Amino acid sequence: MNTVEVTQISKSFKGVKVVDNVSFNIVQGEIFGMVGPNGAGKTTTIRMLMDIIKPDSGEIKIMGEPINEATKDRIGYLPEERGLYKKITVTESLFYLASLKNMRRSQAGDRATQLLERVNMLPHKDKKTEELSHGMGQLIQFIVTILHDPDLVIFDEPFAALDPVNTQLLKDIIRELKSQGKAIIMSTHMMNQIEELSDRILMINKGRVVLYGSLGEIKSRYRNNSVFIECDHLPESIAGVAGSKNHGKYVELFLDGQTSSQVVLKDLISKGVMVDRFEISTPSLNEIFIQVVKEAR
Amino acid sequence: MNKTLLILKHEFRKILRSKTFIILTLALPLLLILGFGVYKGVQEWHHPAAPEEVKIGYVDEIGMFDEYTNQSDVLFVLYQSEDAAKQALLVKEIKEYFIIPPDYLSSGLITRYTMAREAAPSEKTRGQIADFLISNLLSDEVSPQIVERAKTPMLLASIRLDESGEIASGQDVFSSYVLPMVFVVIFMISIFFSSGTLFQSVTEEKENRMIEILLSSVSTRQLLVGKVLGLGASGLIQVAVWFITLEIFAEVASGTIPALSDLSIPVSVLAWAVVYFILGYLLFAAIFSGIGSIVPTAKEGQGLSVIFTLPAVLPYYFSYFILTNPTGALSRALTFFPLTSPITAMIRISTKAIAPWEIALSIVIIVTSVVVTMWVAAKLFRVFLLMYGKRPALREIVRYLREA
Repeated sequence: MNTVEVTQISKSFKGVKVVDNVSFNIVQGEIFGMVGPNGAGKTTTIRMLMDIIKPDSGEIKIMGEPINEATKDRIGYLPEERGLYKKITVTESLFYLASLKNMRRSQAGDRATQLLERVNMLPHKDKKTEELSHGMGQLIQFIVTILHDPDLVIFDEPFAALDPVNTQLLKDIIRELKSQGKAIIMSTHMMNQIEELSDRILMINKGRVVLYGSLGEIKSRYRNNSVFIECDHLPESIAGVAGSKNHGKYVELFLDGQTSSQVVLKDLISKGVMVDRFEISTPSLNEIFIQVVKEAR
Repeated sequence: MNKTLLILKHEFRKILRSKTFIILTLALPLLLILGFGVYKGVQEWHHPAAPEEVKIGYVDEIGMFDEYTNQSDVLFVLYQSEDAAKQALLVKEIKEYFIIPPDYLSSGLITRYTMAREAAPSEKTRGQIADFLISNLLSDEVSPQIVERAKTPMLLASIRLDESGEIASGQDVFSSYVLPMVFVVIFMISIFFSSGTLFQSVTEEKENRMIEILLSSVSTRQLLVGKVLGLGASGLIQVAVWFITLEIFAEVASGTIPALSDLSIPVSVLAWAVVYFILGYLLFAAIFSGIGSIVPTAKEGQGLSVIFTLPAVLPYYFSYFILTNPTGALSRALTFFPLTSPITAMIRISTKAIAPWEIALSIVIIVTSVVVTMWVAAKLFRVFLLMYGKRPALREIVRYLREA
C-alpha cells in the first residue's frame, strides 16, 4: 500500500494556479524529495496533504484513506513556517504537542528524553523556549515532529538556519527513520540536500511536475554521455571519443555513443596516460533542473 | 482524550497561570477586604469626642432675639455691641458672630463675620442660625410643634410605583444605582479581558508560527472551539470569584455597616448575570477570533477591534440614562442591539426594569448573532490563519466568505 497517494490535485489562489495537476505516490521506507525553486508550489502541496488547505480538485489518500483525525496522529509535520510557545518550557511544549497526537504522557516522556539526549538538548529541557537560541529551537521543533513516532514524516526546509554539525545530526536521524521503514517527504529548494538524501524525487516548477521518479534513474537519463578526466597529457586521438572540451583543471570528453567509458579508460591507460581522475559525468540536480526548465520553454 | 478538550485545558491552564489574570481576578476581593478593613479600623480607633459646643456671637439691634440661645451643638452668645463681639472673636471666645440689623424684619439681611476661610457658610451653621432665628420669631405666635415644623418642614420619602400601581421593587440607592453600575464595570472588564486574551492567543500562535504545527494535529474547528471554551471557562471563574465576593461582602457589610444595611444581591440577578456573561463573551470571542485570524499581528488588529468595542461600551456611557429611563426607546434599542445587549440587559435586570419578553428577545438576538459570527469567524480562521503577510482587503474577505 502506498503511504501517500496524490492524484491530479490542483489549487489556485486569486486565479493563479499554484499547484497544477500534480500526482505522485510515496511508499514506506523511502525518502521522497520534493524539490523546486521558491514559489514552485511545494508548501501548498504539503499543506493540501495535511488538509490545512483543500485542493480545488484531485484526490489525496494518506495510508489508504482521506486524511482524518486518526491519520493525522500518524503524521509528523515540520512546517516551513514554524515556531514554539515562548513562555512555556521545552518539556511542557513537547508534552502538549505530543498529547495532541494522542500520545500518552509516560510514553512521550521516555521518547522525549531519548530524542533530547540524541540532539544534546537534554540539559535545556526545563528552559523556556524563548531562552533558547534559534538553532536550538529548530532542534526542538524537529523533535516535536518525530516525537510521536509517526509513520509518515514531512519536513519542509528542515535544515534552514542550522549549522553544519546539527544539519549532519538531523540527516543521520532522517536516515535512521528511513531504515525503520518510515515514509519521509523532504521538501526544499536546496537541490544538493535532496541529491544527498532522496531515493525518489518530485521536481516541480510553477506548480507543475517537471520530473518524477527515482533519483538514480533521472540522473542517468540526464547523463550527457561524457567523462571528466584529469591527467598528465592527452593523446591526439582516443578510441570512441568524438570531441573534447577543456574546463581548465579538467577536460570533458564526449563519447561517440557506441563506445563505453570502460573502453575509453582502457585506451588511455594503454597509451601510457597517467590518470588522476576519471569520472562519468552526471549532472547535478541543479543542472538537470535548469535543463528541464529550458526545455520546457 | 478529545483534542478539543486538550486545547481547552491547555488554554485554561495557561491563562490561570498568567499574572494579569491572577491580579485582575483578585483585585476586587482584595479591594473590598481592604475597604472593609479600613472601615472597621476607623470604627475601632476613632471614638468621636462629644462634639465641642460651638459659640456663635450675635448683636441684636432689634431686641427680640434673646431666647432659644441653646440650639443643637451651639450656644448663641449675645453681645451688646459689634465691638464687643469682634473682641470676643479675636480672642477666639466665639467662632463667629452675626448682626441682626434694625431693619431685619423687612430686609431679612444678616451679616456674618468669621475668621475662617470658606467659600460659603456650612449647611450646619446656616441651619443653626436659621433655627435660632425661627425659634425666636415664632415662639410667641404659634405652638412649639409648629415651630418645629417651620424649622424642618418635611422629611421627604419618595416611593416609585409601577404600571399597576403597586410599589415598585428596588427602591434603594444601592439596588437602583450602585448594583447596576457594579455589573456594568464587572461585565466590561471580564468580557473584554477574556475575549481580548482570546484575540491575543490567536494572533500569538500566528506570530510565533505555532499555528501550522497545531493544524497538523487538530482541525481549525477543534482549535477555535478549544480556545473559545478554554478562555471562556477562565472568564467564568473570574466572574464567579467576583460575584461570590460581592455576595459575601453584601452579607457581611449589611450586618456591620449601617449605611449598607439594605445591601443584598438577589441570586436570580446573579444567575442572569452568568447567562449574559456567557452570551456576551461568546459574541465578542467570535468577533475577536475572526479579527485575530485576519490580521498578521496583534498590533494591527487593535484598530479593527475598536470598531466593535466602541459600541460595546455605549451602555456604560448611557448608563445613567438607562437607569433613569429603563423602558425608554434608547434603553430598548440598546437591549436589542447585539453588541450592547448583554450589558444593557444586565443594567435593566438589576434594576428590575425589564419585561420577560425583552429578556427572551435579547437572548434570541445574541444567540443568533453568536451563531452567525462564529460561523464567519471559523471561515476566516480557516482561510486566513496561514496568511502571514499583510491584512487582506475587505473585498477579499467578503469574496472568501462567499466562496466558503
